[in-house]
Amino acid sequence: MTHALEIEGLTKTYSDGFRALRGINLNVREGDFFALLGPNGAGKSTTLGIVCSLVNKSDGRVSVFGHDIDTDLAGAKLNLGVVPQEFNFNQFEKVLDIVTTQAGYYGISLKKARQSAEKYLKKLGLWEKRDSPARMLSGGMKRRLMIARALVHEPRLLILDEPTAGVDIELRRSMWDFLEEMNRQGTTIILTTHYLEEAEAMCRNIAIIDHGEIIRHTSKRDLLKQLSVETFLLDTEEPLESAPSLDGFNCKLDSEGSLEVEVSKGTGLNSLFMELEKQGIKVVSMRTKANRLEELFVRMVEDNAQDAGKVGEVMA
Amino acid sequence: MNLQGLWVAFTTIIVREVRRFTRIWPQTLLPPAVTMTLYFIIFGNLIGSRIGEMGGYDYMQFIVPGLIMMSVITNSYSNVVSSFFSMKFQRSIEELLVSPVPNWIILAGYVAGGMARGLSIGLIVTVVSLAFTHLSIHNLPMVVITVFLTSALFSLGGFINAMLATKFDDISIVPTFVLTPLTYLGGVFYSIQLLPDFWQGVSMANPILYMVNGFRYGILGVSDVNPFVSLGMILVFITILTAISLRMLARGKGIRH
Ligand SMILES: Nc1ncnc2c1ncn2[C@@H]1O[C@H](COP(=O)(O)OP(=O)(O)OP(=O)(O)O)[C@@H](O)[C@H]1O
Ligand SMILES: [Mg+2]
Repeated sequence: MTHALEIEGLTKTYSDGFRALRGINLNVREGDFFALLGPNGAGKSTTLGIVCSLVNKSDGRVSVFGHDIDTDLAGAKLNLGVVPQEFNFNQFEKVLDIVTTQAGYYGISLKKARQSAEKYLKKLGLWEKRDSPARMLSGGMKRRLMIARALVHEPRLLILDEPTAGVDIELRRSMWDFLEEMNRQGTTIILTTHYLEEAEAMCRNIAIIDHGEIIRHTSKRDLLKQLSVETFLLDTEEPLESAPSLDGFNCKLDSEGSLEVEVSKGTGLNSLFMELEKQGIKVVSMRTKANRLEELFVRMVEDNAQDAGKVGEVMA
Repeated sequence: MNLQGLWVAFTTIIVREVRRFTRIWPQTLLPPAVTMTLYFIIFGNLIGSRIGEMGGYDYMQFIVPGLIMMSVITNSYSNVVSSFFSMKFQRSIEELLVSPVPNWIILAGYVAGGMARGLSIGLIVTVVSLAFTHLSIHNLPMVVITVFLTSALFSLGGFINAMLATKFDDISIVPTFVLTPLTYLGGVFYSIQLLPDFWQGVSMANPILYMVNGFRYGILGVSDVNPFVSLGMILVFITILTAISLRMLARGKGIRH
């Protein structure tokens, strides 16, 4: 089985002495849709930066489709497309020029570069903007420009560092569709995101990184199975003065007066409603509190912080 | 990458560089044409007519090769230093760093881009000078080789400057405090034979003197130094700066964390 990405014992100490990565191990299978999650400053961009040679590693091994970056860097790079976290194109250059120039860096002749640029700019809805200087694009368009630029040489592995930051809901969904389509056609995708909903919607496998260490590396399904408690928000017909005491359930009122109830796995919702019925509380609507993965995530990072004695540095 | 791929990457960098300096032509192509016209009018015509001969030629004819060379030097240098530094600053250098283009092609592409600008300006200034004087060329191969190599050398210099620069100030320090004085003292406006012995000796330590004189030899056939020594010196400097540039790229200082 080939791996699209193999990382072994990767460490990084920045020149100021900061240890951003403390021995990362990560495998991403060919064809996977993989999410790298973690709070701000966890080391996500550092890890991806090393993979695409924007950051020099301190130690460890990285290979892309079997091409080790120490011995066959060009081979690794040819298979790789990168969408970085920050905008990094020349603001004064035209959209089409940016994408075709990038193809030229991969040795693709101008004619083919133009065709490929056209294909991806059209797919990403930027073709009408092809003659605009990049600085005149909106934030969401700039993100899509970077995706088109990353794909122009048709890499087998696409890495996206927070591709949907600052992108509105509608566009985000169309970007998800686009990425899923790319993945179906065989492109392996790795992304980082702070919208866990995004990881839950698209990704098959997940790694969680915190303080430069992988604290979890598993499939999304296994991760969700671990979720032992789910929190629901109930809106009642009559506003409640105080939280009722429901037998077998933890509950409280949230700031907007909705009733927040924790339901353990295996308890089932029927007994909750029976209990509510008994107390004469009429429920008008019900929703899950946070996205499920998010709850799990916050809990894991908190645990990790406690383990490491670093409480307070958790993601909000 | 195969040979053809390398060639495509190389020309891609050049095309992008040319597109950049032609896009901002009022900053790049126009100013040298204006300043050189002023030099020709003031030094060449007004003052020059009182100076009489220098090195056996009209003063105007004497300074033309120097002024062409001066424009080539400053423009080759500033093209690479500003283009590469702003790539670093905007981080669009990452477009190159993630791609499989080898370092030597990156360097060659930027140097060729700097040469494209330096030589275009050299041509513009030459054309402008024809409005003031006539030029007959003494030794064409010498002219071409000297101007190409000098342009390459200062493009390399601009590249190293850009690699070392961390803020915009850093890219004007060398041109202002090193390049301009060396050029003015490098025999653009006078023959060093006018100087006392001691200052002649000091001038011989100025590399730009050799380039200006090599070029002047090619055009007029007169020189303060042996033109072949000039060529040799330029080649030695090119070799040294190329080695330094490649080493800096390999270490990635200032471009990779
Ligand atoms: N060039 C640098 N020099 C020194 N320290 C750095 C440098 N770049 C990043 N760091 C530090 O390394 C740590 C990891 O940063 P990184 O950018 O990888 O985090 P991240 O997981 O991508 O965070 P975010 O979600 O905010 O993007 C941070 O503490 C950061 O301050
Ligand atoms: Mg990041």
